[in-house]
Amino acid sequence: MIGVLALQGNFDSHIKILKKINLKHKLVKTSNDLISINGLIIPGGESTTMTNLLRKNPSLVDGINSLAKNKPILGSCAGLILMSKESNDSRVHNFAFLDVITSRNAYGRQVHSFESRINVKDGSMKSDIEVLFIRAPKIDKINNDVEVLATYKEEVVAVRQGKHIGISCHPELLNETLIHEICFKGKHEVS
Amino acid sequence: MSKESFKVKVGLAEMLKGGVIMDVTNLEQAKIAEDAGAVSVMALERIPSDIRKDGGVARMSNPHMIKEIQDNVSIPVMAKCRIGHFAEAQILEALEVDFIDESEVLTTADEHAHVDKHPFKVPFVCGARDLGEALRRINEGAALIRTKGEAGSGNIVEAVRHMKMITSQIIELQDADLSKKAEEFRVPLDLVEEVAKNQKLTVPNFAAGGIATPADASLMMQLGAETVFVGSGIFKSDDPSERAHAIVKAVTHFKSAKDVLAASYDLKNAMKGILMSDIPEDEKFSNRGD
Repeated sequence: MIGVLALQGNFDSHIKILKKINLKHKLVKTSNDLISINGLIIPGGESTTMTNLLRKNPSLVDGINSLAKNKPILGSCAGLILMSKESNDSRVHNFAFLDVITSRNAYGRQVHSFESRINVKDGSMKSDIEVLFIRAPKIDKINNDVEVLATYKEEVVAVRQGKHIGISCHPELLNETLIHEICFKGKHEVS
Repeated sequence: MSKESFKVKVGLAEMLKGGVIMDVTNLEQAKIAEDAGAVSVMALERIPSDIRKDGGVARMSNPHMIKEIQDNVSIPVMAKCRIGHFAEAQILEALEVDFIDESEVLTTADEHAHVDKHPFKVPFVCGARDLGEALRRINEGAALIRTKGEAGSGNIVEAVRHMKMITSQIIELQDADLSKKAEEFRVPLDLVEEVAKNQKLTVPNFAAGGIATPADASLMMQLGAETVFVGSGIFKSDDPSERAHAIVKAVTHFKSAKDVLAASYDLKNAMKGILMSDIPEDEKFSNRGD
């Protein structure tokens, strides 16, 4: 069973992907919802909004921090920003599950959002997948122990540290399951 | 415009789900909205209740005012153009607003046609009272539908009517002659078929028009809205910042009456509001556009 943080954002498109790869899901809005889950998705949305709602609920923040000690967390877009150690916006909460520095809305406003293919590489597995970049962030700096999982042109767009994965764009909006499979069915198989 | 680009437009609407979009008329209000957890702000010179009171022609807002807000908040900024006024829409696109609301709150520019939204890169949201109207807007290229409700009234009754109408008409499609429906709605058959099959609009479906309290927001979410727009309800109340925070919380936890109660507990007076029977038919914003 995978939890999907449902404070705000595109949690329902992530649920669609979990169904597609035969994983059960549960919406997470409070710390009680974290009981009996084997992983968590932090979806896209507005990181300021999610921060605001997280700060009103310290027990949820604590619960996510302890879950992250031994269960995989996948963050897309705003989820990546929240998972990063540091971002260019000091108002936004940083869980610091990924030792990276991110910058918000780094490609510009919505008229600069776009669809593209990204190159995913996990060990010997290589694959191109379709994604949407929606007012997407960029990963500006990667520190030790962080692996590059996907690139777009020369830029790093997905990273992994331990069990956790962060991605700056949205494979889930185009029904691509690969990243979710790597996170929840790959090296760290969960049920 | 290709299908792919349409997905990019709908993609932003997907990101706004489970949130609150707030009308703001200046930078100070925009910052209050952002701090309270708004997912987006709608920048406009006068909020709907003042447009109603002041009368006169209501147009696209001054670009300078919109730009000032864009430069100072990090959340998406929306702005309104008049129904059918594609030149206003072009200006808003050049300004790089994140979403254009082709809105019945402004004075109608074209009584026969809405903006052809397909050629634009910027996504559009449009209001609807029923399924036919929603599908006509989607067919014109809208990436997001909202109920029209009755903007500036502080009265939820029309938003409830419109949301329930759309929902029930989608259910009715299950046993309907879809070609007849397509003809009735004046849209292509394949669009009606897709909605009948998925039992859902092809784009996100938000609520707007008359939301003034955390309870109103919870009601609309429980009726199937995926996000709420709050116009006059926040900055016409006695406690804008507290109310903005409260409505954000009520939308996230809309199924938990205890949380909506906690959000409602310390609020002061909501905006006064107007009865539908006190608005003459020809002054109802929701009658504009079809």
